[in-house]
Amino acid sequence: MSSIDYNQIMSIGIYGSAIGLILIGLYAVLLKKHLTKIVIGLSIIDAGIHLLFVAIGYIDKGTAPIFSPKGIEMMAQGKTMVDPVPQALVLTAIVIGFVVTAVALSLVIRLYRHNKTARIDQIKSLKW
Amino acid sequence: MKKILVIFMLAVIGYSLGTSFSTIKFGENRIGDPKEEKNVAAFYLNKTPDELSVANVITAIVVNYRGFDTLGEVSVLFLAATGLGSILYRRRKKGEHPEVITKPASQLLQSGSKLIYPAILVLGAYVFIHGHLTPGGGFQGGAIIATGLLLMMMAYKDFEIRHNVLTWVESIAGITFVSLGLTGLVYGKSFLENFLPTGNINDVVSGGIIPIIYIAVGFKVAAELAGVLETLLSNKEND
Repeated sequence: MSSIDYNQIMSIGIYGSAIGLILIGLYAVLLKKHLTKIVIGLSIIDAGIHLLFVAIGYIDKGTAPIFSPKGIEMMAQGKTMVDPVPQALVLTAIVIGFVVTAVALSLVIRLYRHNKTARIDQIKSLKW
Repeated sequence: MKKILVIFMLAVIGYSLGTSFSTIKFGENRIGDPKEEKNVAAFYLNKTPDELSVANVITAIVVNYRGFDTLGEVSVLFLAATGLGSILYRRRKKGEHPEVITKPASQLLQSGSKLIYPAILVLGAYVFIHGHLTPGGGFQGGAIIATGLLLMMMAYKDFEIRHNVLTWVESIAGITFVSLGLTGLVYGKSFLENFLPTGNINDVVSGGIIPIIYIAVGFKVAAELAGVLETLLSNKEND
């Protein structure tokens, strides 16, 4: 009984915080006026999705998927390793997230240099 | 008004995500016994220690089983470095120097970064050389080395990374990656096939081509990140 409760609390906590991060990032992207804050919002969405991926791959009482001497010993005791595929995908996604952030920031710098402001409500050429 | 609409929309998105993910049980064993190879994860967990003698399963997936994907990922990084250079390109006026920071850094930052800088480089090299044994690898080690370079760029305004050196390091690392893959195609059946002896698990020299590729990836990522940081920092607004 107690283990079920523990699992439920963990699932609500981790899925909840991951979805919460995604929502916070979306809020920043949709409502903030400063371009740098929008880019920060995109990174927060990234972080939430990564957390969601790794949480789906988790196995109860699993060890890290590394066959170090300690890991081999724990495998011999009947413990399982967590799913390595989401972790490898997240490793790819982190790099792509970095690239997206860098290119977005460079576009922000370019816009700032052109318009002398980084607030989207003050950029006149957006209005018609 | 807009704010209320956005919050309502976020509530709808959050509710639908929450209900769909609450059906996935947290911590459930979906792999089963790795020996039975019922799914992809079990296949990787079963095959990695015997076939490749690599301790870190994630490294085996990223560099060997999905190595072609990693090649694409590294070229996306290269694309970002090139794209930043072309987006932020600005012709220098006469007598204008590519100054990084106008104010000199404080004494504390200067002496501290001089002390820490070699240690950061050694840590980065350790992380990508032991990428097949411990958590970490080429991308992480390269990022650590780039942070060391960023520290020096912030502390000393005349600290300059020559773009020639970065380009050479990047090109040699990329050529190493691709030529190892092509050699696998010549000696084996597929691109990036392991053609070197795999050795014993948990040795530093084990896993065939995987450590070589990860060291190349580490150098390439470090050079690319340093190039990105240098481009972003050296574009001073002065008009």
